[in-house]
Amino acid sequence: MGKRIDVRDLNVYYGTFKAVEDVTMTIEPRSVTAFIGPSGCGKSTYLRTLNRMHEVVPGGRVEGYVGLDDQDLYASSVDPVAVRRTVGMVFQRPNPFPTMSIFDNVASGLRLNGVRNKKRLAEAVETSLRGANLWTEVKDRLDKPGAGLSGGQQQRLCIARAIAVEPQVLLMDEPCSALDPISTLAIEDLICQLKNRYTIVIVTHNMQQASRVSDRTAFFNLAATGKPGRLIEMDATQKIFSNPSERATEDYISGRFG
Amino acid sequence: MTALAPPERLTVVPAGLAKPSGRRSVTNLAATVLVTLAFVIAVVPLVWILWTVLSKGLTLLFDQQWWLNSQRGITSRREGGGAYHAILGTLLQAAVTALISVPIGVLTAIYLVEYGRGRLARAVSFMVDILTGIPSIVAALFIYALWVTTFGLDRVGVSVSFALVLLMVPVVVRSTEEMLKLVPNELREASYALGVPKWRTISSIVLPTAFSGIVTGVLLGLARVMGETAPLLILGPYSKSINTDLFHGFMAALPTMINQDRTEALQPAVERVWAAALTLVLLVMALNILGRVVAHFSSVRK
Amino acid sequence: MSTITGASVVDTVDQGGPPAGGGSTGRLGDRLMAGAAKGAGILVIGLVVLVGAFLLSRAAPALAANQANFVTSRVFSVDGGTLRFGIADLLWVTLLSSVIAMALAVPVAIGVALFITQYAPRRLATPAAYLIDLLAAVPSIVYGLWGAKVLLQPYREHVQDPLAHALGWIPLFRSTSVSAGTILLVSIVLAIMILPIITALSREVFAQTPVAHKEGALALGATRWEMIRTAVLPFGRPGVISASMLGLGRALGETIAVTIILSTLPGGAPWSFSVFNGGETFASRIANNAAEFDTPAKTGAFIAAGLVLFLLTFAVNAVARIVIERRKAFTE
Repeated sequence: MGKRIDVRDLNVYYGTFKAVEDVTMTIEPRSVTAFIGPSGCGKSTYLRTLNRMHEVVPGGRVEGYVGLDDQDLYASSVDPVAVRRTVGMVFQRPNPFPTMSIFDNVASGLRLNGVRNKKRLAEAVETSLRGANLWTEVKDRLDKPGAGLSGGQQQRLCIARAIAVEPQVLLMDEPCSALDPISTLAIEDLICQLKNRYTIVIVTHNMQQASRVSDRTAFFNLAATGKPGRLIEMDATQKIFSNPSERATEDYISGRFG
Repeated sequence: MTALAPPERLTVVPAGLAKPSGRRSVTNLAATVLVTLAFVIAVVPLVWILWTVLSKGLTLLFDQQWWLNSQRGITSRREGGGAYHAILGTLLQAAVTALISVPIGVLTAIYLVEYGRGRLARAVSFMVDILTGIPSIVAALFIYALWVTTFGLDRVGVSVSFALVLLMVPVVVRSTEEMLKLVPNELREASYALGVPKWRTISSIVLPTAFSGIVTGVLLGLARVMGETAPLLILGPYSKSINTDLFHGFMAALPTMINQDRTEALQPAVERVWAAALTLVLLVMALNILGRVVAHFSSVRK
Repeated sequence: MSTITGASVVDTVDQGGPPAGGGSTGRLGDRLMAGAAKGAGILVIGLVVLVGAFLLSRAAPALAANQANFVTSRVFSVDGGTLRFGIADLLWVTLLSSVIAMALAVPVAIGVALFITQYAPRRLATPAAYLIDLLAAVPSIVYGLWGAKVLLQPYREHVQDPLAHALGWIPLFRSTSVSAGTILLVSIVLAIMILPIITALSREVFAQTPVAHKEGALALGATRWEMIRTAVLPFGRPGVISASMLGLGRALGETIAVTIILSTLPGGAPWSFSVFNGGETFASRIANNAAEFDTPAKTGAFIAAGLVLFLLTFAVNAVARIVIERRKAFTE
C-alpha cells in the first residue's frame, strides 16, 4: 500500500491556455507531501492531474508523464476511471452524498466496484470509519443522513469514503480550509496516522499546516499574472521552512507576498 | 491509534489500471446508447409533423389568393379563396388578448416582486398558480357561462379573447416575475440613494432593464394562446367571411378554419386544411423565434 | 422557472425584499403605482374566485336535478326534460389516456434531459434543447390532425394490431370494433405533447446538480453512468416528479387533439377496459357538445364535468408544488 508517484515534464492546459508548466518531481511512497504557493498558481490544477480529474473539465488536457510505481497513468490503455479508483481524492468542501446515509456514503465506492456482500461491506465501512477516526462518533447512527454531521465530521466521512476503496494514493485539496481549528487539528492527526498506509499529497494555503503535517514540501509560483505556474522548489519540509534555496520560496515563507 | 487490518485487498476491487469490470463498462455504454436513443425518439415526431404539414400545405401558401381572400362563396369542392379572414381573426383576437393580459400580468408581477409581503402576496401567487393549471376548456366554459348564459350576450370575437386572457395572464405574470427578480438589487439601491421615488425606480430603472425579458414572455404567451382551439370551439363559431368587428358576428380564426373542414374528404378542402395548419404553425413558430431572439438581446440573463 | 426548481437569485441575494425606498417626493406616484400593482393582484385573486364560484353556481342546479349518480353513472343524456349524467366513462378514459401518456413520456424525457445536460457536447446542447422545445410550439390542433390522419395507419399496423394479436387475452389489450382512433393512439400523441414540458424542467434540475457531488462520485472511480446514478438522479428526483405532475396536468386538460383523434362511442356502448377502445375525455366531451349549450340546465351538466376536470388538474398541480416546496426547504 502506498505507491510512488513520478512526474516528468508535465504541462497542464485548459484548451490552449497553459496553466502549469514543466513540473518534474518524485513523491515518495507512504509519506505526506504538501503543495504550497500563492492563490492561482496552479497547485490544485496540478493536483487534479494526478488522478485524471483535470480532464473532466472541458478543454482540460496534459502533456508529459505521470507514473504510479512506473506505470504510466496517461497511457492509452489505461482507463481514467481505474486511475481514480487507485488515486483517491478529498475535496475542499466536504461533499457527502446528500441522499445517502453515513453507511451508504462510505460504502458507495465499494458498491460501485461490485462489492455486494453485506458482511464485507459492513466490515469495510467499520474499518474505514475507524481509519478516519470517526467510528466512535457515528457507530450508533450509521443509517442517518451523511449531510447531518458537522463540517469536520463530514470531511472525515469523505476521507473514510475515499479510503474505503483502498487507494494507493490519497490526494487532498485544501481539506481543512472550510473547517474550524478543532476539526482541522483532528484531520491533521488523521493525516499523520494515514501516512503509514497511503501516499498522501495535500494542497494547502496554510503554511503552518504544511510544516506540521508534511515530510516534503513543494513550492509553486507564478512568474507573472497570466503566465503558467511552475514548481520552484521541492525539498524536505524542515529545509524548505528553515533554509530554502530559492529567493522566491523564502519571500513566500516569510510572508513578503502571497 | 487503532491500526487498520493488515493490507488484505478486497479482491473485487482490481489492483491494476485496466478498464472496470465488463459489466460496468457495458452498463455505461448501454446508458449512453439509451440516452442518445431517447433524444432521437424525441426528435422524430417533431421532424415528422413538420414534414407532414410542410409537404401537404405548402403549395397553397405560394398562392397570392391565400393571403388576401376569405372563404366566402367557396364550398368544399371548389378550389380558391384564401385564409385572410382566419389569419386576421387570429391576429385580432390575439392582439386584444395581449392588450388586456399584459398590463394585468406585468402589474401583478410588479406587486409580487416589488411590493408584496405577507399573506396577500402569498394568496396572489397561489391564485396565479391555479390559473396556470386551468384547462383551456374550463376557462372557455367560464366565459361562456358568464357571457352567454348569464348576460345573454352573443358569442363574438371579444369573448374568445376574454377566455384567452385567463390563459395568458399567468404566463405573463410568471415570466415577468422571473425577469424582475433577476434585476440586481444594487440597481434599485443606487436609484434610491439618488433620491428617486420607488415608483419612478420601477418605471425608469427596473422595467427597462427587464424589458426584453418581459417581451419574450409576452411573445411566448401569445404563441401559446394563438394555438388554443378549445375557447374557439365554445365561444368562436366559424365564419367564412371577413369580419373585423370584435363585438358583432362570428369571427373566423385559423384553428376553427382547420376544424371546420377536417372531416372533409374532397381534395380542395383537405388541401386548405393542411395549408391553414401550416399557416398556424408558421405564425406560432415565428412568434417563438422572435421571443428567443429578443431574449438574446436582454440586459439580464438567467 | 424558478418557482419550479425552488432556486431563485433573490433568495440568495436578499431576504427582506427590495429596499423600501421612496422618499417624500413623488408620494402620489408611489401611491398610484402601489395601488395599481396591488389592484392587479387583487383582480387576479378575484378572477380565480369568480371562476370557481361561478362555475359551481352553474353546475349546482344541474347536479341537483341529476337523476343519475354523478360519479358512477355511465350515461350522459341531457336532452329532453330529464338530466341523467354521470362521469364514470369520462373519468376512465381521461385517466387512462393521461396515465399512459405519462408512462410513455417520463422515461424518454429523463433520457433526453440527461442527454442534453450530461452527455451532449457543449455546442450541441443548446440547439438540442431548442429542438425539443419546438415540440411545445406546435399547436395542439396540428397534433390532432397529424395523429388522426398521418399517424393512424402506421399506428394500427405496427402498434395496435401486433399488440392486440399478442396480448389480446389481457382485458387491457382486447380488440374492439373501433376502426379509427383509439385511446392508445391518443396517449401516444399526448405523450409527445407533454414531452417538452417534462424535459425542460428535468433539464433544469439536472443542470443544477452541485459539481461537488458529481466530482465526489467521479473521484471514487465511477463511470459516467454511475456518477449520474449516484449524484445527478437522486438530486433531481423531486424536480422530475414535479415535472411529471405538470405534464400529467397538461395531458388531463388537452382538448382538441383528443377530440380529433379519439373515436366517440355510441351511447350505451358496453364497458371495456381496453386501450383500443374509443370514448371521450372530460375535455373532448365538452368540446363535442359545444353546439348544445342552449339551456342553462344542459350547460350546467357540462360545467359540472368541467369542474371535475379542474379539480383533477388542480390536485395534480398541487402535488407538483408540494414536492418542490419540500425540496426547497432542504436546499442548503
